Amino acid sequence: MNKSSQRTILNRVLIELKSYAALVSLSLLCACATVYLTLRIPILTGRAVDCIIGPGHIDYNLLESYLKEMSVLIALTFFTQFIMNRINNNITYNVAKNLRDRAFSKMQNMKLATIDSHPHGDFVSRIVSDVDTFTDGLLLGFTQFFTGVLTVLGTIYFMVRISWVIALIVIVATPASLLLAKFISERTYKYFGDQARLRGTETSYIEEMIVGKDIVRSMNYESLAENEFDAMNNSLRDASLKATFYSSIVNPSTRLVNNIIYAAVGVVGALMSIGGGITVGGLTSFLSYSSTYAKPFNEISDVITEFQNALACAARLFEMIDAEVEVDNGKKTLGEIKGKIEFKDVSFSYVKNKTLIEHLNLTVESGQRIAIVGPTGAGKSTIINLLMRFYDIDAGQILIDGIDIRDIPLEELRQSFGMVLQETWLKNASIKDNLKMANFDATNAEIVEAAKATHADSFIRKMPYSYESILSWEGTALSQGQMQLLCITRVMLNIPPMLILDEATSSIDTRTEQEIQAAFNKMMKGRTTFIVAHRLSTIREADVILFVKDGSIVEQGSHRELLQKDGFYAKLYQSQLD
Amino acid sequence: MNFILKYIKNYKIRAILAPLFKMLEAIFELFVPLVMASIINKGIASSDTHYIIKMSGVLLFLAVVGLMFSITAQYFSAYVAVYTAADLRRDVFVKIMSLSQGTKESIGDEVLTTRITNDINQIQNAINRVLRLFLRSPFIVGGAIVMSFIVDVKSAFIFILVVLALSIIVFLVMRYTLPRYKNIAARMEKVLHATSENLEGSRVLRAFCQVDEEKAEFEKRTAKLAAMQINTGKVSALLNPVTYVAVNLGIVSLIYVATKRVDGGFILQGDVVALVNYMSSILVELIKLANLIVILMKAFPSVGRVQELMEIKSDEREKMSLLNDELIIGGSCNAKEISLKNVSYSYHGAGEMDLENINVEIPAGSVLGIIGGTGSGKSTLLKLLNHTYDVTEGTIEIGGQNVKSFDDSYLADMFGIVPQKAFLFSGTIRSNLEMNGKNPDECEIKSALNIAQALDFVEAKEGGLDAEVKAKGANFSGGQRQRLTIARALIGKPQILVLDDAASALDLATEKKLRNELLNLDWNPTIIIVSQRASSVMEADQILVLEDGKCVGLGSHDTLIKNCETYQEIYYCQYPREEASNE
Repeated sequence: MNKSSQRTILNRVLIELKSYAALVSLSLLCACATVYLTLRIPILTGRAVDCIIGPGHIDYNLLESYLKEMSVLIALTFFTQFIMNRINNNITYNVAKNLRDRAFSKMQNMKLATIDSHPHGDFVSRIVSDVDTFTDGLLLGFTQFFTGVLTVLGTIYFMVRISWVIALIVIVATPASLLLAKFISERTYKYFGDQARLRGTETSYIEEMIVGKDIVRSMNYESLAENEFDAMNNSLRDASLKATFYSSIVNPSTRLVNNIIYAAVGVVGALMSIGGGITVGGLTSFLSYSSTYAKPFNEISDVITEFQNALACAARLFEMIDAEVEVDNGKKTLGEIKGKIEFKDVSFSYVKNKTLIEHLNLTVESGQRIAIVGPTGAGKSTIINLLMRFYDIDAGQILIDGIDIRDIPLEELRQSFGMVLQETWLKNASIKDNLKMANFDATNAEIVEAAKATHADSFIRKMPYSYESILSWEGTALSQGQMQLLCITRVMLNIPPMLILDEATSSIDTRTEQEIQAAFNKMMKGRTTFIVAHRLSTIREADVILFVKDGSIVEQGSHRELLQKDGFYAKLYQSQLD
Repeated sequence: MNFILKYIKNYKIRAILAPLFKMLEAIFELFVPLVMASIINKGIASSDTHYIIKMSGVLLFLAVVGLMFSITAQYFSAYVAVYTAADLRRDVFVKIMSLSQGTKESIGDEVLTTRITNDINQIQNAINRVLRLFLRSPFIVGGAIVMSFIVDVKSAFIFILVVLALSIIVFLVMRYTLPRYKNIAARMEKVLHATSENLEGSRVLRAFCQVDEEKAEFEKRTAKLAAMQINTGKVSALLNPVTYVAVNLGIVSLIYVATKRVDGGFILQGDVVALVNYMSSILVELIKLANLIVILMKAFPSVGRVQELMEIKSDEREKMSLLNDELIIGGSCNAKEISLKNVSYSYHGAGEMDLENINVEIPAGSVLGIIGGTGSGKSTLLKLLNHTYDVTEGTIEIGGQNVKSFDDSYLADMFGIVPQKAFLFSGTIRSNLEMNGKNPDECEIKSALNIAQALDFVEAKEGGLDAEVKAKGANFSGGQRQRLTIARALIGKPQILVLDDAASALDLATEKKLRNELLNLDWNPTIIIVSQRASSVMEADQILVLEDGKCVGLGSHDTLIKNCETYQEIYYCQYPREEASNE
């Protein structure tokens, strides 16, 4: 990330934080107070020590006033620190929630092209971990940075006030410890890279071997696999040792430099105090400063890395929050839907300059059943994407009852289609709630009736809590076929005027498919239906069969007509019967 | 705990030396305030420049020796942690590979992967930290107390009070926050799942216009998460201020008490400074100790989980030895006939049977087709044949020998299996085909690819046989993967060839060609074909029709089409009656 884009993101972050301006200022104020108060303590300790010269030489009055002041400062520190922590927590967690909500909400409206072309895990990690890295790194990091800088400046100020000579020693020598730390961690960085890489290799190997374990077994491959694993495991071990060891030198090394500084302060201070240039108490304060002075430096360098990391995460989040949304500005309403659908000179492609559908013309009369047939990747599902406006066409028009689908509000358009897809999707909720997704007001009786029609009732009842059984995230007890039955039941509960069935029964065995045919027929009756299927029995009964090849419809007609034509469809049909 | 100690024992000396050196470092550190005190008491008080310079030399010496000790300790602890983790990983891997298929499936792939990666990483981290800190931190805290006793017994009591107070504070805060952090992590997990679920279902959600409901539900989740974080934060925000107050009030009272002692002539001014220094060093180490406890608490469940996995009985299958207590591992057993007698199987070992009373005789070199709907028990039956699972009742014999009496690797050699899920390993096409270690020559590979109808596309690939295969064969289409797995099973000319719905992704024309090739293999193996399509099994010598785990028909196509209702249904699904009768 370059400087200017970093600045842009930072500005954006500041805008995001605007509503927290008052709280942030209060937190910074508390940070200033805390730093001042904590730095004051060593001075007072030193002064108190100066009151204790020896037996009989003790200034009790002065001592007590110092101790009293210390107690007051300590009590104040308690409050400033506590308030600061609380405020920071509140800001952090609220900002995180707000960002998560907005990113999620955007996810619901962003173009499907964005979702389809993006690894899902990436969006998930933006909403989950990037938000955390951002809030931790930026908000907590910022306060740490701020306090760190204040502490360093404050320490210098207090040290110079006691003795500029010794202060100079500390100030000049400290960068040495920083440079040392930097020197070591730069070298360690490489080893950490090696470790991460080797760990990645090993993990994917492990995953592969576990998933394909039965094959490994049936191939007698176990001992070879163990050898391969050993080789990977040993190189990971060696890399880990280097990374772990070298990174663990940083602390002892900087401690050495700090100890040397401590010794230098001790000896110079002691020598000066003989000449009366500094009191013993002054030396005490100094020793305390010299051991704490370096700490913020180490923190600051960490914080800067974290800060940059946080900005990178923020950029990823903003990119998601700013993603293009679906165009939804239709005003016309469909009213009573008859279901006549026309494609007029429609062109569409997923990728620019890689043409898919070109000049497609098609008229589907109300109540017709359209089967879409063709090899995989030919663009069968594309037609569905276009009808539902998951993707918008590049040129031409799609009309429903004469109205351009772009003039219809998205919600109304989509509600007028019932959709069952090959990839079954059910959410983590009870079966009942999943079914009610189509029709929130469905009664229990209606649900059971629909489930009976689709033969889902029997297996639902066998589940531990029947209709209340929760479908869990990790591997449901349901087979793919059963999930498809549930998806079909879901649509049955509220059948819209038009239907889209994309390989809706692909995982259901042939016998069950036969058995639920009645339900299907009832569902499709009088409704314009698009069917993508590979089973001939389904296809044959369609009013119109579209044979799609390379994105264009190469044949169009009824089963009989196409057989007579003796083209692609006829060939496909014969091969299946062969 | 003993479980891990057993592993650490391999590096016993290093594991003992690491904390020992850490302790030495701590001792050297503890001397520093004392040296400083004598600089003040003797050097400054008597204006002895020489003494001061000498003592600063001692300080430098302490620092350098401390560093050396510390680095030695860091090396040993890193060594022990990393090596222990590597050993553990290896053993867990071997263990996983030795699990029977049934056990593996009941645990789940993701769980197994997490055990061997995340859990062991946690353990490695914990071992490293414990070796480094578990003597150092207590030693500095304890040492500071001891030192304070050496300096002045009366003032030392304040140390005990402060350490006690700090321990109680840290303990209370941790007791409150730790379980809550766990809850927070669980809530976060829910947010994660909700997000990924939504991405998967974006089309369905939009089709059902559920967008607003999902948003509301998500906001409820994040609100709960934030509320919990803020609540827990209230207490953790106390930790710093409270410990700060405890230590510094300790210093105030220390100065007050010590002053009285100086006044009484028991200690000197420099001793007061030393005491204050000791007091300041306590807090840092106590916090480190608290963090160490957190790391340990995270690692303990990991240890438990790994141990649990290691203690699973890896193979619950029964093995029967025949001669001299040895399993059949090779030799002349060329018989390929298989016989199933009253075979029943239940996944749960009892109760409702998933396969019931199956009787089939499969003569050597014949072809058996198995057909039935999803869940009818087809794949289960296959897994019984090569002893992936144990039959619950009945016997399976291959060449007259009970299948339980064969060694696993011998069985693996005997069977060529094409699984339902076409799975390829990352590597090259060649490395996949050579997996079974039978070192096929170029000619055999080509011929296997040819039979599997895969030669064309393999040769068209850049690199041919050495073309890269990505994990799970992701860079091949489903049909290509299936054909490659078929070729893989043919290598080594197995006596029994099993195809589990292995051509489902092939178009019917290709499948037909494939079937023709398979039925005419020159080494004439016994073939078992499982399918949902009638066309795939029609030509088999006998067809076993399964329904709900029961055999509802066994015979040739011609017999079954006349008298097996289930078979007729399946058949007429694919070949509607009118067309069939036209032929």
